[in-house]
Amino acid sequence: MLPIIHTRQLSDTVFEMGVLAPDIARRVQPGQFLMLRLDEGGERIPLTFSDWSAEEGWIRTIYMRVGKTTHRLSHLVPGDEIADVVGPLGVPTRLDGFGRVAVVGGGVGVAAAYPVARGMTEAGCEVHVIVGARNAGLVVLEQELRALSLASLAIVTDDGSAGEKGLVTAPLKRMAETGSIDHVFAVGPAAMMKSCTLTAEGFGMPITVSLNPIMVDGTGMCGACRVSVGGETRFGCVDGPDFDGHAVDWEEFMSRQRIYLDEEREADAEFARSCSCHT
Amino acid sequence: MSHLDESDRGASGQHAPGRRTPAERERHRPVRGARTPMPERDPAERIGGFAEVALGYSEAEAVSEARRCLQCANPTCQNGCPVGIDIRGFIREVIDGDFAEGIAIIKARNALPAVCGRVCPQEEQCESACVLARRGEQIAIGRLERFLGDWDLARDAGSRCMPEMIAPGTGGRCAIVGSGPAGLACAGELARLGHEVTVFESLHAAGGVLVYGIPEFRLPKSIVSAEIALLERMGVTVVTNHVVGRLSTIEELIAEQGFEAVFVGSGAGLPVFMGVSGENLAGVYSANEFLTRVNLMRAYEFPRTDTPIKRGCRVVVVGGGNVAMDAARTAVRLGAEQVVLMYRRTEREMPARREEVAHALEEGVRFEMLAAPTRVIGHDGRVIGVKAIRMELGEADFSDRRSPVPVSGSEFNAECDTVIIAVGSRANPLVASAAAGIAISPRGYVVSDEDGATSLSGVWAGGDIVTGAATVILAMGAGKRAAAAMDRALRAGTGHV
Repeated sequence: MLPIIHTRQLSDTVFEMGVLAPDIARRVQPGQFLMLRLDEGGERIPLTFSDWSAEEGWIRTIYMRVGKTTHRLSHLVPGDEIADVVGPLGVPTRLDGFGRVAVVGGGVGVAAAYPVARGMTEAGCEVHVIVGARNAGLVVLEQELRALSLASLAIVTDDGSAGEKGLVTAPLKRMAETGSIDHVFAVGPAAMMKSCTLTAEGFGMPITVSLNPIMVDGTGMCGACRVSVGGETRFGCVDGPDFDGHAVDWEEFMSRQRIYLDEEREADAEFARSCSCHT
Repeated sequence: MSHLDESDRGASGQHAPGRRTPAERERHRPVRGARTPMPERDPAERIGGFAEVALGYSEAEAVSEARRCLQCANPTCQNGCPVGIDIRGFIREVIDGDFAEGIAIIKARNALPAVCGRVCPQEEQCESACVLARRGEQIAIGRLERFLGDWDLARDAGSRCMPEMIAPGTGGRCAIVGSGPAGLACAGELARLGHEVTVFESLHAAGGVLVYGIPEFRLPKSIVSAEIALLERMGVTVVTNHVVGRLSTIEELIAEQGFEAVFVGSGAGLPVFMGVSGENLAGVYSANEFLTRVNLMRAYEFPRTDTPIKRGCRVVVVGGGNVAMDAARTAVRLGAEQVVLMYRRTEREMPARREEVAHALEEGVRFEMLAAPTRVIGHDGRVIGVKAIRMELGEADFSDRRSPVPVSGSEFNAECDTVIIAVGSRANPLVASAAAGIAISPRGYVVSDEDGATSLSGVWAGGDIVTGAATVILAMGAGKRAAAAMDRALRAGTGHV
């Protein structure tokens, strides 16, 4: 059991949570993820580390309330406990040697983009960050990003309620056109990562994507997270989550993410009947 | 507890034949006859749920089975046991109705009898070496082991049989990576030898394949947790949610956390896929994923529990081992209308236990032998069928089984909405990150000697991570052998003799 020490609602559907986990906090590196299980009978879900402090022994994650588990998670307050948290999992993101790099975060993917951007600046890269969200209310970690020594920070929203109106690919394309970046790192919704990949492709530019497939154990045992990369089956949990975006079979990846949509709806409906906040 | 009165027992309670009473002599005269059948839940009833299929012997059944034992002067059965249980000895106690002594004899060699009595391939081990096997009437050693294991677990926790502690605390500190059969056997043995043992498990529950792989209907989870609880009473500490290779490394366990000996029993890890097109369609599972969702995550109770699973209507399971049988029988229980088990050889070559094959057939699993999928057919990202090809058996291969050869022009389609692939596993790459510099075979397994010693000083390994996918008891045997070697090294190194 690990105690929650911090919770913060970042928007209608986006939440931040801090957990006391000194062992994990000592080990986390940018790009890695954790898996948590709320209680007996709970599912194991992967969440990204958005921040951590080895000195103070805490880890943080940011998640969107989309299903039963994240909904129940959003009801927890400091002092509550989580049955199981395991991590850090996944291969850490490569941070150095990229020169000038665009770090693109979409939606709650910004939670993963933030430590990567921080790590890359510390590793001596020139880092341009592009944050994408549906609207201003869903832009997260803006203050934290502004506190980093970034070469630039662009905010893009679907409805123009913050920053530029449009998609993250617009500023990405401009950066590529003006020759101001050598590499792209993208994390967020699959469609966004695919668009970034297509944009990068147009400029013959390398792109690393951080995939978020469905997982069960997160340690390589089940293969639920498999993705086709360059025609080979790779596991998101132990080979990833970072892969060469140009080699990812995006259609397959997106199709696999949708496998349990019906079941998720069923679980949500069942949960809604029992959850006080739904009435 | 015994079904026999005390008065029926020899006054001394000893077993010297010369001092036996007439009643004892009569009791120990072997009874000829067939094996006592195992009571089983009716197939029609059991496919409706996950309750255990084999119900276990009653005391009377156990005693009558034990009384068939010849109590050979040279008990060959014991040579067939990977952990060297005194089989003749524990059967003798069952004959006498002294179940407490019987379980103590088993526990001297095997910390997990209720588990092994259920999942060991006894027909290839102890039972095949029984002299009565020639007549097809070999003693049901596994069922008797299970009987004693269950009899012990049915006692209240305080009076359960603790394996005999051989040595007082020596102060040796041992770390075990993985809480599956190899790790648990190693941990139990080291604790008995007086060492302080910590087991690191990556999942939220201890037991490894015993909890995520083997289904409830074959091995109830309550049995596994009771056996692990007993190890904890012996002083073993189990730490869950700790991935060695990510949260820590073996080097750190030794250098920073003060462990003097480490055993790696992390299992065979990654599931193998077939390498045919369509394998990543929605509806295609590795057996590991399918079984983990159902066993560890209890997806069969969804939506009461949170982990979903696709309940296939027409299911094709590919493979012929125990894992394939487990997957097929699980699919039946999830309500599939049709479950087809596709195997590229024939039933004769199947590596699965006969008992599991028989259970699968009884439960309505249809066998499609001499066939192998060539692709998985999909529509809209979901599985709608499998294209397969007929095989015939050719020359014997390195495993002495005849190799399947495709028959050209024999392709056929099998309609299905779920495909479960149970064709084996390979090494998990996390091992390499757990122990920098450890010698690894070309196939990714850890290289070790007979005692489990690896190329790294202070590090032993055993079970599937060394051998590739094998059985629970072989992993336990490896764990025990490594424990003995670790004990010797600790004593030599620390001077605790």
